[in-house]
Amino acid sequence: MLEVRDLHSFYGDAHVLHGASLTVKPGEVVALLGRNGMGKSTLIRSIMRLAQPQVRKGTLTWKGQDLRPLTPHEVAARRIALVPQGRRLFASLTVLEHLTMLKPAKAQEGWTVDRVFSMFPRLAERKGHNGNQLSGGERQMLAVGRALMIDPELILMDEPSEGLAPVMVQHLETIIADLGKTGLGILLVEQNLYSALAVADRLYVLETGKVVHEASAESVRNDQSSLMRYLGVH
Amino acid sequence: MASLNLVQILNGLTLAALLFIVASGFTLIFGLLRIVNLAHGALYLFGGYIGYSVTLGTGNFVLGLVASMLFVAFLGLIIDQGLLRFVRGFVLREVLLTLGVAFVLNDIALVIWGGDTFSVQIPAMLRGAVRFAGIYYPTYRLFVLGLGILVFIALWLLLNRTRLGALIRAGVDDAEMVEAMGINIRRVFLATSMLGASLAGLGGTIGGAFLTLYPTADSEILVFSLAIVIIGGSGSLVGAAVGALLVGMLNTIGQVMFPELAYFVIFGPMAAILAFRPLGLFGRA
Repeated sequence: MLEVRDLHSFYGDAHVLHGASLTVKPGEVVALLGRNGMGKSTLIRSIMRLAQPQVRKGTLTWKGQDLRPLTPHEVAARRIALVPQGRRLFASLTVLEHLTMLKPAKAQEGWTVDRVFSMFPRLAERKGHNGNQLSGGERQMLAVGRALMIDPELILMDEPSEGLAPVMVQHLETIIADLGKTGLGILLVEQNLYSALAVADRLYVLETGKVVHEASAESVRNDQSSLMRYLGVH
Repeated sequence: MASLNLVQILNGLTLAALLFIVASGFTLIFGLLRIVNLAHGALYLFGGYIGYSVTLGTGNFVLGLVASMLFVAFLGLIIDQGLLRFVRGFVLREVLLTLGVAFVLNDIALVIWGGDTFSVQIPAMLRGAVRFAGIYYPTYRLFVLGLGILVFIALWLLLNRTRLGALIRAGVDDAEMVEAMGINIRRVFLATSMLGASLAGLGGTIGGAFLTLYPTADSEILVFSLAIVIIGGSGSLVGAAVGALLVGMLNTIGQVMFPELAYFVIFGPMAAILAFRPLGLFGRA
């Protein structure tokens, strides 16, 4: 289980997270909602222990272990994967190389190249193409496939539906829901409430660096009015 | 105005081959670690001196090459783990630190080898000249040309056919993301630092045999390397090769045809390329 308690993160002197708290249980798909600039990506980056932002206060634990002293590769080694905002594929690596940079192509355990390709047949057709030669949807598939290759137990997804065509967003929702059913925990940053509702078990709303609302997806499906207030959607 | 002949073209190509060997290491470090390693020239010169001494002491040129590569790779390790590690991410400090290392290395070299000019002894089989196409051309320079091509092929295979190579290329694109994938990027940085340094050392011994070794040789090679990396684009092997060819040939053309403008002939085109391609011919943001 991922547990974030009273987290305060800073970019230099800019205080971005003001005591954010949330949990993600195994196999749970949790959506983190909020408008631009509310600290959603900062929270994801804090959990991943990337060089920026700096976490100055609060606790970050994963399966009872403190993540704060760790470096990003040590976090990843504890099976937390990142699907970053904007995909951030490697322009000079082929699709196949994105998947084999961590494991030899012949590796049989956990997620394999074949398993990723059977989930995303489109990537198999494009395996020789470079990251920057793919369409938006293919890029997102590859970003997810790349994350799966570390055999994650938790995936942090930062606005995966951003910039995708509606049909691709639907495809992605199916994928996320399927992954959730396999027992993977997913923390999904989303701006679109309806996308979040389609896949999430629980939702958090982040506002100016604080979680201001928590609800089960089911309760929101029944009554969206309380959430709309926080998201500024009318 | 004199015109170029075959000998001069070959001189340009062999200089390009040497410059490529040195600049390929420079561009890898520049591209991956995002550091303009101003100690690269000093590593070249130090490697040359090591190669000179080992070759002189053992009478074995190959041993001199290997010793210079290993010793300078070791220097690369010390610089990376002992110094740069502590200022990672602070670009100005990193660059100033490498500049300081360059001064220290040059002074140490001055203490050990003095200010005289040395030339690395080449083995008997590479001495003399080969006759072809109506000219006599030094065998050793042809060897340098061949070695430059060999180094290009070896580096290309390393970068494009191995997992370490894929990690280095990915790191040039986005080091933070490589780390977030569970790779200890510091190890990739270290491997690249040592590889880049060893190429500077190799270049020192190779170049020390035909350009000679003297206390300011490091800054000349550093300026050429900088021009090559800026023209080719940082982190690009093909860019380094094309940049080295351009600089090697332009330098020769400049010296033969416009001797009073020799440096302009290199840096004029460099400025022109930068105006249209600020990241270099093969550079990526």
